[in-house]
Amino acid sequence: MSDDAIPEFGSKAAGGGVGLGSVSLGAGGGRTLAEIAVILLVAVVIIGGLEFLLGWYQVPEYVLPKPSAIAAAFVKELPNVAPHWGYSVVTLLSGFGIGAGIGLLLAAVITQFPFVEKVITPYILILVTTPMLALVPLLILRFGFGYTPRIIAVSLATGPMVMINAATGFRRTDSAKIALARSYGASVLQIFWKIRAPMALPMILVGLMVGGIFGLLTTVGAEMAGGGFGLGNRLTTYSSMIRMPEFFAVILILSGMGILIYVIFFLIGKKWASWET
Amino acid sequence: MTTRLSIRDVGKRYGDVEALKGCSFDIEAGHIVAIVGPSGCGKTTLLWGMSGLHSLTSGEILLDGERITRPRPEIGLVFQEANLLPWRTIGKNIRFPNEVKRTRPDEAWIAHLLARTDLTEFQNRMPRELSGGMQQRAAIVRALALRPEVLLMDEPFGALDAFTREEMNRLVEEIWLENPTTIAFITHSIEEAILLSDRVVVLSARPGRVLSDYPVPFPRPRDHEIMASREVFELTNAIKADIYSQTPASRKAMTA
Repeated sequence: MSDDAIPEFGSKAAGGGVGLGSVSLGAGGGRTLAEIAVILLVAVVIIGGLEFLLGWYQVPEYVLPKPSAIAAAFVKELPNVAPHWGYSVVTLLSGFGIGAGIGLLLAAVITQFPFVEKVITPYILILVTTPMLALVPLLILRFGFGYTPRIIAVSLATGPMVMINAATGFRRTDSAKIALARSYGASVLQIFWKIRAPMALPMILVGLMVGGIFGLLTTVGAEMAGGGFGLGNRLTTYSSMIRMPEFFAVILILSGMGILIYVIFFLIGKKWASWET
Repeated sequence: MTTRLSIRDVGKRYGDVEALKGCSFDIEAGHIVAIVGPSGCGKTTLLWGMSGLHSLTSGEILLDGERITRPRPEIGLVFQEANLLPWRTIGKNIRFPNEVKRTRPDEAWIAHLLARTDLTEFQNRMPRELSGGMQQRAAIVRALALRPEVLLMDEPFGALDAFTREEMNRLVEEIWLENPTTIAFITHSIEEAILLSDRVVVLSARPGRVLSDYPVPFPRPRDHEIMASREVFELTNAIKADIYSQTPASRKAMTA
């Protein structure tokens, strides 16, 4: 875009306005106490119902363990599972950190050069849509059964996702706001930090959240593919030993981690990006 | 009278479109000049050229005899719509210019401006929590926060309803009476032009040049009685006639 174009006023920032709201599963609005009570009641009904029905029909534990058995296994096995939980967190955090860092940096730089962006975008799209999990066996061949193949897979899964969303954010240039900053003599760097970055933040947070969930997925998948540690490895171990209560206890931990990722970015968005609703 | 801004033979081309051609006029220090003209006549282009944000194809614009090539600290700009940064509170929006320039805000002056515009209690609010008129008032406070010697306004109140608009005109008049700076503003409202300005410059259809230049000699503040007077009525009609002579329909009628 030429510097000389008169910005259009009154229109929304160009390039789409997908905020965190669109993935917030309706969590945006405040809930009343009654609503929370109903949500809890549903949980009690489902868990209690499962407990009762599984006992009534005498469903064998290797098909589906009772909620009480899962809870007991969770408490009992926690000391054994905890280190593996730690290994998974290490894999996820390092892979996510590397991937998101590179993704953000690339998005910020590439959107400054429309030509480069046009050339690179299809390849990034391929990276986003290809399940990076598929590469894990190959990575294991090359890097062995340690952290390395897992962290590479996780950063490959998160990086492009973060990048493509952040790029959408950085592309939403509002030339009127940039002109405002320029009229006060703002430098290119000031325009980036004071206008472009805050404007891109809602989209960046969406990218980080989805990237985080993708990262968790890839972490577990990579751990299942090989190597003797991590929560994914626990899943394959417990299922091969038909220890279903322990298996489901690990699933519980994983869904807790997923929800935590969501909640963290939801709260960050509420604090720093709530101007866009 | 000293000349503050001098527009000399200014031309601007966007590709095949010639927006301005041979546009010349001066703005004296401490004067308010309204720029009117048919839509698409290059008014905004001219103002952005004066602000130093846009380059010119030909001619030059001088501030105190010095050519404007980039945004100047002496010049403040008010945009169409408030153009507040939606992720900042009103207070932080108003101090944004100081932040960019890395200077300390003149808190006493800002407090005065906020009181003047009834925004004192709204400093911690986000822009979206304010009405259109309040947002535009905040934008004016932001533009005045650095005490610019020249204020350029690009259809500053075009998006507001008629009553809010008149309120804003009164506010600008009052602030100017307290603190006479040089103001150039674009408007589509002839009433607004006459209410506020010392001169009304009418631009021709594209490519824009000065078609006519009317002095507005009425005393200030211009109350409803003055605005309803015969002289204002006649001036309004003269300006209207000039602008209508530039619309495509009337141009066709003249050549037919």
